[in-house]
Amino acid sequence: MKPLIASALFGVIMMFAALSVKEKKTFSLIAAFLLAILVGVNVYELCEVMHNANGDTTLFGSMLRYDSVSIWFNTLMTFITFLYVLLCGKNIERVGQHVGEYYSLIFFILCGANLLTGYSNLLILFLGIEILSIPQYILAGSDKKSLKSSEASLKYFLMGSFSTGILLMGICLLYGAMHTFDITKFNFMEPGGMNMMALAGILFLIVAFGFKVSAAPMHFWTPDVYDGAPTPFTAIMATIVKAGVFMAFFRLFSQSFGGINAHWSLVLSIVTALTLFIGNITAVFQQSVKRMLAYSSIAQAGFMLFAVLSVNATGMKGLIIYSVAYSVATIGMFAVLMKLKDYTYDGFNGLAKKEPFLAFAASIFLFSLAGIPLTGGFFAKYFVLTAVMEQNTNMAWLVIFALIMAAVSVYYYFKVLMAMYFKKGDPEMAMEVTSTDKVVLGIVVVIVLLIGIMPDVLIGWLTN
Amino acid sequence: MILLLLILIPFVSGLISFLWKSESVKGWALVTSLITLIVAGVACQIGTMNDLTYEHNWITSLGAHFNLKGESMSLMLTLLTAIIFPVVFISQWNKPVEGLNRFMGLMLMTQAGLMGVFLAHDLLLFYFFWELALIPVYFLCSTWGGEKRIKVTFKFFVYTFLGSLIMLSGIIFLYLQTPDRSFGWEAIKQTGASLPAMQQQILFGLFFIAFGIKMPIFPFHTWQPDTYEQSATPVTVILSALMVKMGLFATVNWLVDIFPAGTAYWSNTVMILAVIGIIYASLLAWVQTDIKRLIAYSSIAHIGLMALGIFANTDIAHNGLMVQMFNHGINITGMWLIVAMIEQRYGTRNLKELGGMAGTAPTMTIALVIIAFANIALPLTNGFIGEFMLFHGIFQSANPNHITFMVLAGLGVILGAVYTLNMVQKVAYGESKTGDVIKDVSKNELIGIVIIIAIILVLGVYPNLLMGILK
Repeated sequence: MKPLIASALFGVIMMFAALSVKEKKTFSLIAAFLLAILVGVNVYELCEVMHNANGDTTLFGSMLRYDSVSIWFNTLMTFITFLYVLLCGKNIERVGQHVGEYYSLIFFILCGANLLTGYSNLLILFLGIEILSIPQYILAGSDKKSLKSSEASLKYFLMGSFSTGILLMGICLLYGAMHTFDITKFNFMEPGGMNMMALAGILFLIVAFGFKVSAAPMHFWTPDVYDGAPTPFTAIMATIVKAGVFMAFFRLFSQSFGGINAHWSLVLSIVTALTLFIGNITAVFQQSVKRMLAYSSIAQAGFMLFAVLSVNATGMKGLIIYSVAYSVATIGMFAVLMKLKDYTYDGFNGLAKKEPFLAFAASIFLFSLAGIPLTGGFFAKYFVLTAVMEQNTNMAWLVIFALIMAAVSVYYYFKVLMAMYFKKGDPEMAMEVTSTDKVVLGIVVVIVLLIGIMPDVLIGWLTN
Repeated sequence: MILLLLILIPFVSGLISFLWKSESVKGWALVTSLITLIVAGVACQIGTMNDLTYEHNWITSLGAHFNLKGESMSLMLTLLTAIIFPVVFISQWNKPVEGLNRFMGLMLMTQAGLMGVFLAHDLLLFYFFWELALIPVYFLCSTWGGEKRIKVTFKFFVYTFLGSLIMLSGIIFLYLQTPDRSFGWEAIKQTGASLPAMQQQILFGLFFIAFGIKMPIFPFHTWQPDTYEQSATPVTVILSALMVKMGLFATVNWLVDIFPAGTAYWSNTVMILAVIGIIYASLLAWVQTDIKRLIAYSSIAHIGLMALGIFANTDIAHNGLMVQMFNHGINITGMWLIVAMIEQRYGTRNLKELGGMAGTAPTMTIALVIIAFANIALPLTNGFIGEFMLFHGIFQSANPNHITFMVLAGLGVILGAVYTLNMVQKVAYGESKTGDVIKDVSKNELIGIVIIIAIILVLGVYPNLLMGILK
């Protein structure tokens, strides 16, 4: 409850700060400060829930139910946003004139993500998705002088509205079949077998969620939007937002539809295979690293779908690790990218000579994205794949397919690495790398490695 | 604890090397690698009495432990690893390297990874080190070496990484079958052996792709000659003397023991592949004009014989395999060092352009001849005893085709003598085609070569030294 209110309140504070603060730099400071407080509020809430005998906090007539996992997830996501502001603050200031508003929109995104991790009612799900999405439409178009940015915004808005329509349709069908919005009270079995209307609703929901997490074949908006949007906002759209939606996806499908997963897992596994295939194969052919990261985010979504497919506790752990490892590495990679002027692969040529630390950090992030041991990405992939195998051994074909796709992903991630280390060139920097940048990047690198060596720091206490 | 040191010393000294910005980093690398050698020697000494173990909790929620175990084969391979690194460091002492600190750092990291692979007693830990040994080698091969190195190394990396990922799917499956969700070797072994034959066969396939690529066994070998040719000599030594042993060792430790039914099902196929590899690689070695490629193919042939030994499934073949793994590491290291000297002095590796080395560089020629003899397993050299035991073991094997396998593998040995002696003749004797008068071995090179030759001769005459570790 408190983090929810705090995030909304901080958004409003940032908005009004825009009236009185003139210096752009101050906004980043205020935002970082407020985010640090928000992390604190989350931790406080977490302690409270863990000491609570009942375990969960329910609000608004149990429309919202926060358990320790959802608050922990929020804490992590808020902390990553905090790192994000430290890393990308300067780039956010450069996007346009209304820096305060950008930050306030980011707080609203967090507010939406918070609802998505705690909802227990389809209406709140809808509300959360909308609160999460609308700020993104604005952020995507925030670079008003760029045509690409406006195009991205419009495209995102149209596609997003479309998927919202499908989401509503799904919710309506479910309500029609179940006569309730409460996801814990669904009962799908009727004397005659499965309730077909509810099943249709579930399929609509898969499509709608697929849109939001950019799963194939609902992914077409992703590359254009991610490429067109100002890079700092692409970084948050591809990470925090995606992770938040995945948590909602997982929550609904494991808590409510988990018992009847035989009815929808085939559809979802085909979606997963398609997402992996299209994401990875298309990423191979990209010329721009930013666009490659867009396709890579599709490919990574394919792996995160494994968590949803598994609907078990291992999948939950996997999703937490995946969200953190993927978000941290992607934000770090975007932060490195934004230091450069040229976003093509050639723009990275010779970076290791010019900025050894930047190149080192980038290679750790790329290792993590490729899922190489000793980085967080390995355990992320390990847990989600194990979860699916644990659920159903027949899914082995999908697991092997995913691993082959992971080998494909090495191709495009290592292209960046090869440019940085083995090609000669003098990369043009868009901004200088300050020692603060290096310290924050260093912290992010340590986090990636720490998850890769000790995944228990994220999920160790969940086992009890 | 001593086992942990074997991994930690190279790892930490590697990290320090990265930060060490002066030329003296090579002294540091040499000293720490010598310390590692001493520790490895002590470990082998203790290991002859009783098995060494180290246990520590790692990821409790997964049931993965940081367990190390040193027994005969793993200790012998750690000893080999510990010997090869200082020898390489000494013989390459005077060779200028751009970015020396990074080079040394990556080398020592590789050593740590290799030690980990040989000592890990937990499947997840093994997988970790398996990959960890690969990453620094990727950078080593891509940064230093021939013109086509980046492409070639990438092929090598993708190949092995794909293999590892396929193995990972097997690991996940196997892990989920263990009763108390553990990666420990004992638990994995019990579970693996109790699985239905069908599953064991599939799992064997999944694991063997990873190991077969690493060895490499025909038809997974295509990355190997290119990579050996393009890499810088120290890296080639590491690849051919040590990294291929990862594949062999893993096959023995993590495959044959764990899936008995799978092994029984596949062993004939693997042996056929191994024999094809021996003949095929020997014939190709015969027609090579580049010495590095020639040795690369000869290495495939030798590995093929060792693979035969694994699947012959007799005690004597098993012992022969261990002896031969050690000796092959020593011999091929000597071979690469000599080739590096030749290349440095003549500026070419082409057999057609070389000749008459004996006239100007007698020491180098003597060394080349002795190492070549060891390579073709002449008696009194270390290669003989290992190959003898392998052949003996293959002959005793219960496999119905064992005689055929033995004869064909023996043909490989004859071919080996043909191409190796052919190479020696072209390089050392005849007229010098370039007319260059070259300098004979320098002091540091001599030390490296003398160590190698001493091991060759001592183990050739008194192989019991090595058998002591093997029990």
